[in-house]
Amino acid sequence: MKPDTYPCPLPGGGAAAREYALTFDHGRKGRVLIAPALFDEGHKLRRFTAEVMRRLDGAGIDCFLPDLPGLNESEQDLALIEPEDWRMALEAAARHFEVTHVLALRGGGLVLPGKLGGWHYAPVKGASLLKTMLRARIIAARETGREESIDALTEHGLAMGLELAGYSLSGEMLRQLGELIPGKQPGITAIEHDLLGGGPLWLRAESDEDRAQADALAAIVAIGVDA
Amino acid sequence: MDTTDRKLRAILADVLGLKPDQVAEFTADTGLFGDLPELDSMAVAGLLTEMEDRLDIVIDEDEIDGDIFETYGSLLAFTRAKQDAG
Repeated sequence: MKPDTYPCPLPGGGAAAREYALTFDHGRKGRVLIAPALFDEGHKLRRFTAEVMRRLDGAGIDCFLPDLPGLNESEQDLALIEPEDWRMALEAAARHFEVTHVLALRGGGLVLPGKLGGWHYAPVKGASLLKTMLRARIIAARETGREESIDALTEHGLAMGLELAGYSLSGEMLRQLGELIPGKQPGITAIEHDLLGGGPLWLRAESDEDRAQADALAAIVAIGVDA
Repeated sequence: MDTTDRKLRAILADVLGLKPDQVAEFTADTGLFGDLPELDSMAVAGLLTEMEDRLDIVIDEDEIDGDIFETYGSLLAFTRAKQDAG
């Protein structure tokens, strides 16, 4: 696995920035773009994602895990990013690495570039991701004796932006993310978590890994890429 | 152990990374929020969302109170009350 970069369009247009990507690139025929899970789930699933990539590499498939602008090692300001910027970033990464398929995890499947067939592991609605982060903020506030509500936070956030779970999200990000639903794109097959067995790793209070789950997801993708 | 009890234990096993036999040992007095430092606000929020999905209940933010997560017994009682109300 090697760190690499790809040219990623800047939010609002303009010259391209470089974003990092973890890659297994040996010029092989099957080439899979990984659309990473978003926000906290991205961290919880990072190790799992890398383990799936190792297995794809072992199965003779190249794979690429790009950083999305504003997340992970990106130097872009997340507060200026909208979901459409992530879609354009994935499109740019797909072009740069000349991928043949895409494997999206959780919220990553909400911002897929068009025309690319593949899989979406454990699809989730954008509204559901937002609700969990809003709740976490309310619970944390309550522990310090402050009362907040989802309605008031949402209203304020849409107008002024909002910090949720340590992420600065613009009003536009909140609005667009709340409307995104999976399953809209032809050529993308959903892989529900139950197919993998074991507990969902994005739920874990402490990040963990699960070899059997990584084996199962990589096997589904590897069979599909070879077919 | 009825279905609600079994499903709630399974959700806690997923959140806490415990094995089925470990959550099977939970009693009504087993401490949750205060006794489990890994159960932070993000984990609790994920737990609530998962409870709604798997137990077919709707939880209002007003109802989220530290007392619910005090023990396994209090969380189970809260869940049953929500199911009865629904």
